[in-house]
Amino acid sequence: MTALDELTEPAKDDDAVAGVPARLVAAPTSTAQASAVLRAAADAGLAVAFRGGGTKLDWGAPPRRLDLIVDTRGLTGVVEHAAGDLIAVVRAGTPMAEVREHLGPAGQQLALDTSEAGATVGGTVAVSASGPRRQLYGTARDLVIGMTVVRADGTVAHSGGKVVKNVAGYDLAKLFTGAYGTLGLITRCAFRLHPRPGAEAVVRAAPPDLGAALAAIRAAQVVPSAVEVDGETGEVAVLVEGTPAGVRDRAATLVRILGDDAGRPHWWGTYPWEPGGTGLKLTAALSRVPALVVRAAALARVRGSAGTGVLYAGLPPDTAPDEAADAVAELRAAAGDAGGHAVVLTAPAEVRAGVDMWGPVDGLALMRRVKQQFDPDARLAPGRFVGGI
Amino acid sequence: MDRIGPLAARLRAELGPDRVISDRQELRTYECDGLTHYRVVPALAVLPRDHTELARTVRACADAGVPFVARGSGTGLSGGALPHADGVLVVTSRMRAIVEVAPDDERAVVEPGVINVQVSRAAAPFGYYYAPDPSSQQICSIGGNVAENSGGAHCLKYGFTTNHVTGATVVTPDGEVVRLGGRAPDTPGYDLLGAFVGSEGTLGIATEVTVRLVRAPETIRTLLAAFHTTDQAGAATSAIIAAGVVPAAVEMMDALAIEAAEAAVNCGYPPGAGAVLIVELDGPAAEVRAQFAQVTALCEENDAFELRIAADDAERALFWKGRKSAFAAVGRISPDYIVQDGVIPRTALPQVLRRIGEVSAEHGVRVANVFHAGDGNLHPLVLFDDAVPGEAERAEQVSGAILDLCIEHGGSITGEHGVGVDKARYMPRMFTADDLDTMQLVRCAFDPDGLSNPGKVFPTPRLCGEVPGRRKGTHPAQEAGLAEIF
Ligand SMILES: Cc1cc2nc3c(=O)[nH]c(=O)nc-3n(C[C@H](O)[C@H](O)[C@H](O)COP(=O)(O)OP(=O)(O)OC[C@H]3O[C@@H](n4cnc5c(N)ncnc54)[C@H](O)[C@@H]3O)c2cc1C
Ligand SMILES: Cc1cc2nc3c(=O)[nH]c(=O)nc-3n(C[C@H](O)[C@H](O)[C@H](O)COP(=O)(O)OP(=O)(O)OC[C@H]3O[C@@H](n4cnc5c(N)ncnc54)[C@H](O)[C@@H]3O)c2cc1C
Repeated sequence: MTALDELTEPAKDDDAVAGVPARLVAAPTSTAQASAVLRAAADAGLAVAFRGGGTKLDWGAPPRRLDLIVDTRGLTGVVEHAAGDLIAVVRAGTPMAEVREHLGPAGQQLALDTSEAGATVGGTVAVSASGPRRQLYGTARDLVIGMTVVRADGTVAHSGGKVVKNVAGYDLAKLFTGAYGTLGLITRCAFRLHPRPGAEAVVRAAPPDLGAALAAIRAAQVVPSAVEVDGETGEVAVLVEGTPAGVRDRAATLVRILGDDAGRPHWWGTYPWEPGGTGLKLTAALSRVPALVVRAAALARVRGSAGTGVLYAGLPPDTAPDEAADAVAELRAAAGDAGGHAVVLTAPAEVRAGVDMWGPVDGLALMRRVKQQFDPDARLAPGRFVGGI
Repeated sequence: MDRIGPLAARLRAELGPDRVISDRQELRTYECDGLTHYRVVPALAVLPRDHTELARTVRACADAGVPFVARGSGTGLSGGALPHADGVLVVTSRMRAIVEVAPDDERAVVEPGVINVQVSRAAAPFGYYYAPDPSSQQICSIGGNVAENSGGAHCLKYGFTTNHVTGATVVTPDGEVVRLGGRAPDTPGYDLLGAFVGSEGTLGIATEVTVRLVRAPETIRTLLAAFHTTDQAGAATSAIIAAGVVPAAVEMMDALAIEAAEAAVNCGYPPGAGAVLIVELDGPAAEVRAQFAQVTALCEENDAFELRIAADDAERALFWKGRKSAFAAVGRISPDYIVQDGVIPRTALPQVLRRIGEVSAEHGVRVANVFHAGDGNLHPLVLFDDAVPGEAERAEQVSGAILDLCIEHGGSITGEHGVGVDKARYMPRMFTADDLDTMQLVRCAFDPDGLSNPGKVFPTPRLCGEVPGRRKGTHPAQEAGLAEIF
């Protein structure tokens, strides 16, 4: 019996990544087993992609070739929760919801917004997803303090640790965060946690002048956890969290700035596209968010985090491929003018065929060198990432 | 073969003679950083005035195959900016322009030689500041901060340099200029900026840095709490964190550190204290009011025998003066000392402090503790007298034992001062050979010839030409019976 015989199963019909079917699936239950799988895959020259909950498997370009899917859903569990140290160590396949449940009783949270059922810690970190509250808590890149990964050749490596403050060695976790599984498999992460606030409030309104409203919020001393905007309704919604007294005070300030309507809007923390649609992430320098929202809203549904300069845009599933390509080009130009980028996260196959999903990227030559070092045979999700990496 | 002569000639011709120092006497100015017991005179020093000149300097080094070391203000405490005897020291002290302050973008763009505190000064008129505040903020450079991923008292709440740098222009060791990140968040591609921050000058030199500006808080309130023992102060710290309060800072000093600070700056801390805590809260007024009451109560519950609340900025400055001058102040009570920098999980504080006390007694070496209690970053000051035979060695032993304690408790050998030359030998105690090998992959991608600050951070650098993948000997998974090679 070879390791592959032992550790993999034949793929089923729905074992595909962005439409590309695989031959084999492995579901390791430990880092050591994951290492054995990847080592065997290396020896056999297999192309490999990783899968968590599978909620974002169609994000990024389809792999150029694919033999084996390594599924992380056997790699679950909160390994350690040191409440007094505000840290938790979690296996990559653990659903975000399970982490939430685990930490809740201690009055703590892993402050990453994910709403879709089944999304795993590893997948969330691998695509560096972020939701509204990144404004206050940062993103996965800011909250991961240590990581265990398995390299393409099966080597297990750790970086960081389980203390918040640590500058020993290179911060490999940053490199793996947002790498879409093209550098190696994340098997566990240590996270910095936050206390769950005692109170929260959302104040929202559709201001006549978006730019003025955002500037007024920035100037006020309200320390928002999120400042969200929706192009369709023209609404701005601001979340504040903290002590009951503090929240009351700041919500009152926000009502003075924005108007009087309170409560989380229905669009809060959701992407502006339907299944089968085209979804983009747009970024901008803060001062240019209002202009980008206006320009993008003329082309697509747009919403997102005005307070940090990260917006999402969506085109309906029935958009003609050439129309979609034009819209992507215009959105990319608009984001570029705003000092940021436009990346197509997901799109139907016909649309993908006609667009550059990632767009131009600075430092690409250096990124290729990094990929070459970590995955010299280009077997990990080849073609999925920027510049065809 | 003399490579330096022709290189110096090329740099003089390209940049002008005043940018290049080759006089041995003048070069001595740069022979060490803040860790003065390592000293090496560089073969050449270059002081570029702008980012084009800096890039040309690195390119010339690359062409000549000559190693180079970046130096900001030279305040580093791990020998990171220690020159290479046959190499070029690239000094950024003439690159001090604040290129732009853009409050509407909450960003500032600065040259690498800009002094940390200058960024906050430039942002202050707009109601903003630059959050990372190493104790050396009056003198250290942003480039050095980026390279060390520097932290400070307020990192507990606001994060470290890496959380506040959104972009950098970097000259890679082969002389290419690369823009990493920018003014907008989440630049697509690998987070090379994240890898660069904290790489201690081994992945190239930053020629321009974009930093995040943070809105100055509405209110700041500062509390000084005196306890009889460090255990009590530690318990109070834990209680504050457990209550869900994230203060802007929680700093602790023990009796010996207090004694030193009193001798140096007369900060007037409560007499008889075995430990003091400085707890600072900042933010919206109502929020701070509510939490401050809570923190005060928690200190009382944990046996604080005196509480002082800073009535104004002047009083707050006095609280901080003792803390901020503690390192230097130790010079008043001991002729020599080692500043150690290790991290432990906050909950292990009482245990580890007790062990440090025991180790110190066993070796007959005094240790003063000054540290960032909120995030478990210890700065034990190991006191000795070099004139007494054997004392330096014993101090060195105690200092190393403290690092072992940190590793034992799942902590780190450095929280903010970096590895540099000083701690490279400790890296294998914290990381496996595979861990270090994996870090070296990053080095090989950026710097295949190993020209950028060689000999720092890693005990044994990898040969970048090596064929990757093939492991020697049995794989651990094979040993564990999990897999076989086929
Ligand atoms: C406004 C907003 C709203 C959001 N709403 C939702 C939402 O409603 N639902 C939702 O699910 N998410 C949402 N997210 C983000 C989302 O949580 C992540 O995209 C998701 O968590 C991906 O997890 P997954 O396990 O399904 O990953 P998968 O889809 O399985 O994988 C995603 C990618 O990561 C790679 N990968 C997976 N695991 C690993 C690993 N262990 N190591 C290396 N690479 C790996 C895969 O190869 C693939 O490229 C939202 C984000 C924002 C900003
Ligand atoms: C009294 C005192 C208190 C201190 N307190 C703290 C503290 O609270 N927190 C803390 O984190 N540190 C502290 N330090 C250490 C030191 O101040 C920091 O490490 C600081 O970031 C070093 O900055 P520098 O400009 O002096 O860098 P240098 O010492 O000149 O260089 C440090 C490292 O950075 C590299 N480097 C410099 N410039 C660049 C560049 N442009 N691009 C790439 N690499 C570069 C160098 O090669 C070297 O490896 C303290 C030091 C002293 C003396």
